[in-house]
Amino acid sequence: MYEFLENIVGNQIIAYFIAAALPLFLFILPYALIAVLAERKVSAHMQDRLGPMRVGFHGILQTIADILKLIQKEDIIPSAADKKLFVTAPYIIFMSSFAVFAAIPFSNFFIGSSIDVGLFYIIAISGFVVAGILMGSWASNNKYSLLGGMRSVAQIISYEIPTAIVVLTMVMLTGSLNLETITNQQTAFFWNWNIFGGAATGITKIVLIPLMLAAFIIIFISMLAEVNRTPFDIAEAESELVSGFHTEYTGMRFAMFFLAEYANMLAVSLIISALFLGGYNSPFGYLGNSLGVAWLIPIEQMFWFTFKGIILVILQMVLRWTLPRLRVDQLMTVCWKYLIPYSIAILLIVGFITVL
Amino acid sequence: MGIYDIIFYLFAAITIVSAAIVVNTKNIIHSAFSLLLTFFGVSGLYALLGADFLAIVQIMVYVGGILILLLFGVMLTNKITNVDIKTGVLNVIPAILGLGIFGAVLIFIVTSTNWHVEKLVIPKTTTSMLGNLLLTDYVLVFELLAILLLIALIGAASIARRDKE
Repeated sequence: MYEFLENIVGNQIIAYFIAAALPLFLFILPYALIAVLAERKVSAHMQDRLGPMRVGFHGILQTIADILKLIQKEDIIPSAADKKLFVTAPYIIFMSSFAVFAAIPFSNFFIGSSIDVGLFYIIAISGFVVAGILMGSWASNNKYSLLGGMRSVAQIISYEIPTAIVVLTMVMLTGSLNLETITNQQTAFFWNWNIFGGAATGITKIVLIPLMLAAFIIIFISMLAEVNRTPFDIAEAESELVSGFHTEYTGMRFAMFFLAEYANMLAVSLIISALFLGGYNSPFGYLGNSLGVAWLIPIEQMFWFTFKGIILVILQMVLRWTLPRLRVDQLMTVCWKYLIPYSIAILLIVGFITVL
Repeated sequence: MGIYDIIFYLFAAITIVSAAIVVNTKNIIHSAFSLLLTFFGVSGLYALLGADFLAIVQIMVYVGGILILLLFGVMLTNKITNVDIKTGVLNVIPAILGLGIFGAVLIFIVTSTNWHVEKLVIPKTTTSMLGNLLLTDYVLVFELLAILLLIALIGAASIARRDKE
C-alpha cells in the first residue's frame, strides 16, 4: 500500500499522509452521511412513518442539508464552561474513534497498519473516547452533562471487561493479535469463519460452534454498550438527562460527536466481523478467481467486509428502535452477573480445547 | 529529515509541553488531562523505538485505567460542588535547591557516562517474544504479580460489600 502510493506520489511523507487519510475520506465520511439517513429511515419505517421525504428523492440529500445547516449554526460556548477543555473534547472523541480504523484490515491490499498488536491497540485507543466524554461532560459545567458522562464512563469501563475476555478467547484460539492474521485463518468458505468454529475439523469444531456463537452474542452486546447505543444509552437518556454529555454542544461540535458515534458503530461492527465473520473473506469464493482477474479480488474483499459491517450496523439500528432502555442497575446486572461469568467460562473451555 | 524524525519531534514536544502543563497549572482537572497527553506522547516514543507492545500497554494502563479512576476521584471535588482545592507555591528555595542538585547530577551522569552504543536490529514483532519470555524465564514474577492483582481484587470486593445488618 505505502510502496504503491510512494511510487505514484514520489515522496515518502506525502504518501504516508495520503495512506492515513484515504480511509477517512474515501469511506468513513460517506458512510457516516448514509448511516445518519439510514438510521432515520429505519426508525421511520419501523414505526410506520416515512421519515425525511422532502430533500431529494425520498430524502436522500437530507443529511447534506443538515450538515449545511449545522455549519451555519452559531458556535455557543457556555460562559461558565471550562473553555479549553470544552473546545478540545469533541476533537479527542473524533480522533480516537477514527484512530481505531488504522488497525482494521479492509482487504489484503488495504490495511492502515498491519501491526502485531492490532486488537490490543484497538481496545487501548478506545479508552481515549472515555477520556473525551469525561472531558466534555465536565467542561460543560452542567449537571446533566456530568451525570451523563459519569454514567457513560461507568458503563464503558464495566463492559470493557466482557469485551476484553471474549477478545482474549479469540486470541487464544487463533494465536494472534493481528486482525489480518486472524482474518487470513478464516479463508475459503463461510463454515471456516470463527463463529462456526474456525478452521478446526472434526470433534473440536462441533464443540467450538456453540461456544463461538455464545461468544459472538456476548461481544455484540458488550460492544453495543461500549458505543452507548440503545438499549444501553443511559448516558444520553433523553427522558432523564436532556441529551447527556453533549447537552451543551452546538453546531459543528455537536456534529463531531454525532459523526464519532456513527464511526464507532461501524468500527465495532467491523471488529466483530473480522473476529467472527471471516473479516474480508468472501463466503463463497471470489469472482476474480473464477474469471482469472487478480485485481478484482481486493475490491471484492472490500465489498464483503463493508457489507458485513453495514449489516451489523443496521442490526444495531433495528435493536435501537425495538428495545426499551435498561435501568442503571439492570445494566450493571447484565454485565457483571451474566456476561462476565459466561465469558470467563467460554475462555476456560476454549483454553482447554486449544491445549488439548 | 525523514518522516520518523518529524514524528519523533512531534511526540517529544507533546510530552514536554503537556508535562510542563501538569506541573504548572493550578486546575487539577487540566493537570490530569495533560498527564493523559504526556502518557500518550511517551507511548508514541516507545512505538518509535520499536517497542510497540510496551507503547500499547502504556496507553492501556495509564489512559484507560489509572487516569479514568483518578478523574472519578477528582471530578467531584472541583467546580460542581465548589470545594476549593488548595493550590499554591510553597517552599520555593528548598525546591530550587533540590531541583538544581538533582538536575546537575543528572546532566553530569548523562554527559560523563560512556554509553554502550550498538547497532541494533529492531525486531519486527515483540509480542510473541515477550509472551514466551513471560511464561518461561520470568514465570515466577508473572505468577507473583497475578497473585498480587488477585489480592487487590479480593480487597476491593470485600470493601465494596455491604454489611448484613
